[in-house]
Amino acid sequence: MTVALEMRNITKEFPGVKALNQVNFSVKKGEVHALCGENGAGKSTLMKVLSGLYPYGTYDGQIMINGEERQFEKIRDAEEAGIAIIYQELALVKTLSIGENLFLGKEPVTFGVINWERVFRESEKWLQEVGLAGLNPEETTGNLGIGKQQQIEIAKALSKNAQILILDEPTAALTEQEVEILLNILREFKKREVTCIYISHKLNEVLAIADTVTILRDGQAIASHPIEQLTEDKIISLMVGRELKERFPRKEAKPGEVVMKVSNYSVQNPFIPGKKVVDNVSFEVRKGEILGIAGLMGAGRTELIMSIFGAYEGQSKGEVEIEGKPVKIKNTEHAINHGLALVSEDRKRFGLVLGMDIKNNITLASLAKISPMGVIDKNQEIASGDKYIKSLRIKANSIETIVGTLSGGNQQKVVLGKWLMTAPKILILDEPTRGIDVGAKFEIYNIMNDLMEQGVAIIMISSELPELLGMSHRIIVISEGKLTGEFSSSEATQENIIAAATGGNKG
Amino acid sequence: MSTNTEVVIYDKKKVTWFKLDVRAYTMIGALLGIWILFGFMNDRFLSVTNLSNLFLQMSVTSILAIGMVLVIVAGQIDLSIGSLVGLLGGIAAILNVWYEWNTIPVIIVTLAIGAFIGFFQGWIIAYRAVPAFIVTLGGMLVFRGMLFGLTGSVTIAPLSPSLKSVGQSYMVDIIGWIFGIVALLVAGYLILRKRSARQKFGFDVEPLAFSVTKILVYGVLILGFVNIMNSYKGIPVPFVMVIVLALVFSFISKNTTFGRHIYAIGGNPEAARLSGINIKRRILIVFILCNSLAAVAGLVLVARLNAATMSAGTMYELDAIAACVIGGTSLMGGIGTIGGALIGALVMASLDNGMSIMNLESFWQYIVKGSILVLAVYVDIYTRNRKKSV
Repeated sequence: MTVALEMRNITKEFPGVKALNQVNFSVKKGEVHALCGENGAGKSTLMKVLSGLYPYGTYDGQIMINGEERQFEKIRDAEEAGIAIIYQELALVKTLSIGENLFLGKEPVTFGVINWERVFRESEKWLQEVGLAGLNPEETTGNLGIGKQQQIEIAKALSKNAQILILDEPTAALTEQEVEILLNILREFKKREVTCIYISHKLNEVLAIADTVTILRDGQAIASHPIEQLTEDKIISLMVGRELKERFPRKEAKPGEVVMKVSNYSVQNPFIPGKKVVDNVSFEVRKGEILGIAGLMGAGRTELIMSIFGAYEGQSKGEVEIEGKPVKIKNTEHAINHGLALVSEDRKRFGLVLGMDIKNNITLASLAKISPMGVIDKNQEIASGDKYIKSLRIKANSIETIVGTLSGGNQQKVVLGKWLMTAPKILILDEPTRGIDVGAKFEIYNIMNDLMEQGVAIIMISSELPELLGMSHRIIVISEGKLTGEFSSSEATQENIIAAATGGNKG
Repeated sequence: MSTNTEVVIYDKKKVTWFKLDVRAYTMIGALLGIWILFGFMNDRFLSVTNLSNLFLQMSVTSILAIGMVLVIVAGQIDLSIGSLVGLLGGIAAILNVWYEWNTIPVIIVTLAIGAFIGFFQGWIIAYRAVPAFIVTLGGMLVFRGMLFGLTGSVTIAPLSPSLKSVGQSYMVDIIGWIFGIVALLVAGYLILRKRSARQKFGFDVEPLAFSVTKILVYGVLILGFVNIMNSYKGIPVPFVMVIVLALVFSFISKNTTFGRHIYAIGGNPEAARLSGINIKRRILIVFILCNSLAAVAGLVLVARLNAATMSAGTMYELDAIAACVIGGTSLMGGIGTIGGALIGALVMASLDNGMSIMNLESFWQYIVKGSILVLAVYVDIYTRNRKKSV
């Protein structure tokens, strides 16, 4: 096999930081090459160098494509050389149709008038390439699920004649089924000699799809091996630079009394009258335990907890009892006063004010506590910020660091800090470790354990089954809005959870 | 396999506030530049009489800009305040001239009407989810129409002497001095207290010499200002109102939960809502405050002109928005300070005043003001981007 891409001695410095240090990275034509490393290891920086986002001259080293040195001044240059990136955050215009998105910026025109006939005809061809045959290219993109949008993004890259496809955490928001579809598309690409660089924290996927794995740590390429020589544990130890004895620091629960009891809870879809997103769900959570909620993406898990928290638009019906007393939670302020806290799945959208600093974010949900007569006690604010930075081991220059500049794991810790400061009785975590690296995940699990031992009831929604199985003491499964299973930790297995999660379909 | 430690473990000794101040110093520098330029071109510009006039002229825009900062920081906009200034000034004049009400009830009723209008507009925006741009654009037309209707399109004048004094009187010299000295003492106290608080928490502090220099500079500025104003007629009362309102609202924005909530709502409304902040109520209050301040501005303007005219306040909303933006407020929400907006208002007023003195034709004045606005924002965005890409 010939070498499609070679990056030689790439060094990229930011003021005071060497983000990449003499990195060599070589990718063979037609292979899936996984790039692994903790957050901040330099994966994204390396890909930004490759895709022309950091123009030639701002880094040292050489980029060779098909044996020829290339110097990219801008993203367009890299695209013309056949390099396409598919970002974690999808770059589609959701209000436009699929066809319009595929041809955005390169619409076929005659005398300045777009030839729509051709747009939609050719779109069908590209959709077929990514396993979406039969989808109407005039459909509005925003109406599709995340998985399909991702496939469209890939189709868009292919339509630009991409030879080297970079996928940055492509499965972060996908369900197991959607992941399988994506991996099959990539397998198809291997046969057609399309080269893929696959960045993912999900090592089971890496093991399933990659031919070669390169591991970055602290801006250096630590190792590059064919997949046959690697195991999950080996990759992890190369990434973190030490043996990680256990991935889930499980602690046994000493469940106390019931803190929250939800009975016959239903939530209406706010957009489709008469349709329920949550249908007659009942469950309870006890002091000092971790309750896992499993289910496919879109099963209604997020809607259920957002509604309980008073933050969902759709009408709800049913009873919620907290510490034995029935409560009516109309808005998030009530929820917080009743001792609820919600770490939502999308920290940038729902969790943080990115332009504010760490201490302002941490105190945001409990300002009243440190503000006699509505005037913020700045000394107490600093002290609170300090306390959570230390106890959660947030890595930052100062408590006045703007949170938008922190890494994903540290941002997640800031969100956690914000909710811990409200001293919650019930902590709801929606995908708490999405998009954060192995080391930070482990720390978050430890924090969960500490809270559990202090008597906080924890509810964790997760799409990662190993995480749910590894951490929860009880797991409930939701499928199409209905409760389809409840398992104690000894009963729960991947198989019976997946069966329950997809069981709603079979009736 | 060497590991270089690039990640700095939490170190609270580093501070970011020197960087923050650069922006403010740039704005003040630009203002001084404008003054020197006008000073060279026309020797009347820096005369005592004209400077006194300048601070009187900036008052109305400043008061409006204080309210506008809150609105824009919350991610909203208010286009109605120019018309509101006209309408509320008109109502004050009607009550005072036609119905012969005393000054105090006139002021109270005008403020109450301003607050009520703010409540109404804020309610439609926050609780009925109609975009602020539309509601206040409608308000801009409705209030101007009401002014024409109520007054029958005639100018109402003259006001009673005591109401007139709201916009035209000056502080007695000795009170001006006391005012200046108290301001200086408070500023000095705050600078030193902030310093010692930062020291207590182990933050890096500016060198003591720097703090002392800062206090000395403030001293020269404040006492120099009082001296210049006193050598004419004294500090204009409307300008005193600006300072008091600016201090109060600056405190609200920086030190109260309400203020912090406004910044959070503008920065990320979804995150603010999930943090238990009642967004609707906060936005309602912001509009009540903004339109009450428009009432204050309306009173000051009608008193200064000693007449309610049909065109009073026309385009003032744009002056206020421009003042905020020149002063560093982001139209995306979440960023902005009242101090900055005051400097912005002073820039706008200086341009108006300087060009009028030079007898520049009014078409030039529009062109120059518009260009300066775009230039200021361009420079701001340019310097920010450059900082980011370093």
